[in-house]
Amino acid sequence: MKNLFVSLALAAGLLMAGAGSALAQTAPKDDQLYKAFGEKPGLVSLMDDFMVRLLADPRTGPHFKPANQQRVKEQLVDQLCALSGGPCVYKGADMKSSHANLDIKKSDFHALVEVLQQSMDAKGIPFRKQNEMLALLAPMNRDIITPPETAAKP
Amino acid sequence: MRKTLYPLPLLAALLITTAAHADTGKLLLTGGVSTIEGAAGGGLTPWAVVGSNATADEIGGSAYITHAGTGDYGLNVYGAAVGIHDRYELSIAQQDFNTRGTGVALGLPGLHLKQTIVGAKVRVLGDAVLDSDTLMPQVAVGVQYKTLGSTGLDPTFNALGAKRHGVDVYVSATKLFLGQSLLLNGTLRATKANQNGLLGYGATLGGNEDKYTLQPEFSIAYLVSKNIAIGAEYRFMRNKLESAGRAAGLGNGLRSEDWKDIFIAWAPSKNFSLTLAYVDLGVIVPATTVGRKQTGYYVSAQVAF
Repeated sequence: MKNLFVSLALAAGLLMAGAGSALAQTAPKDDQLYKAFGEKPGLVSLMDDFMVRLLADPRTGPHFKPANQQRVKEQLVDQLCALSGGPCVYKGADMKSSHANLDIKKSDFHALVEVLQQSMDAKGIPFRKQNEMLALLAPMNRDIITPPETAAKP
Repeated sequence: MRKTLYPLPLLAALLITTAAHADTGKLLLTGGVSTIEGAAGGGLTPWAVVGSNATADEIGGSAYITHAGTGDYGLNVYGAAVGIHDRYELSIAQQDFNTRGTGVALGLPGLHLKQTIVGAKVRVLGDAVLDSDTLMPQVAVGVQYKTLGSTGLDPTFNALGAKRHGVDVYVSATKLFLGQSLLLNGTLRATKANQNGLLGYGATLGGNEDKYTLQPEFSIAYLVSKNIAIGAEYRFMRNKLESAGRAAGLGNGLRSEDWKDIFIAWAPSKNFSLTLAYVDLGVIVPATTVGRKQTGYYVSAQVAF
């Protein structure tokens, strides 16, 4: 039975390695995604909409009410601009230190993604382009979500 | 029928308990839909995702009902799953396979083969959705304990050397290529089941060794929009019953072939999804169905929280 498990695991690994190599998720080499989001004015308008929804949503509101919302919006614009191949440099704090001790759960992160999807829908950004942007943002969950062992104990 | 319903009270209890934690936060469609065997995945093959809307720290549940109809057979399935902390999944499914003309041909009119499948799955590594900067898939291992109810076909199973219970073990790797809106799954299953267990487990007549075989299964899905996915699946089927049937003088009358489908899944909300598919289950007991391919439709509705 042990051998069986080993061969199962090996085979599954091979399956995925073969299938995946052509589809690596890398940062954009050009600015087509930046353009699809309407460049700087598009990102500013998207983040204005996003913050209104974040504050209104009972899942995300409590996390953003105490924040300097104007500053968060500006930093998000810079961050999405840089990620999507635009001519911006993100100069804010790194994701890990700016989210330390905020007790952010995975469900909070998912809620934020959902609200961002609502905003992108509202701005008419095509679904494929939304996913390209989300693919660049999603890995930040590792720095944003509070690891279980350091989460605040009641 | 009554006798086969025993898992339901247990399920109802689990679902009611978990409903108390209904504030769950997984992204739309990322818990997969319910397979015919109860585990979360596509329609015919399990994925590495953990069913329900529950993410880390949460407990969620799902329940579903599925009907498939092919030229010569009908299959009704209902079941449920509980997802715990997006890591553990417990599932149960009750399959009711209407043999229609085959039952008549075997002198057993009205023969329904009823299979109960109790499953457990554990995610061992990765996050299929959020790890979008690496090729690392979400990987899970699972086990399914399958029991076939007693019917007038028992003497036939005995003669073929097929048991009425079996255990499948599988490993699944699922990856959402978010930037491409494309999901891939590969599953490798160790099994002795004939036609997914509906025709028993193992078949020793004619000198078959009663050993596990490894059967690969593949799924591909393209996310058309936030709540619609289209895709296809291919599930390799063990075909040991054919040689047992040949030894019994049935020629290739008990041959089985690979199962395939193309599907569309629609999730109008986080709590409900509907899956429609065209299925091709190959031949099923070609001896009594003049070797017809069992093609037809598949419809499945799921509630999840």
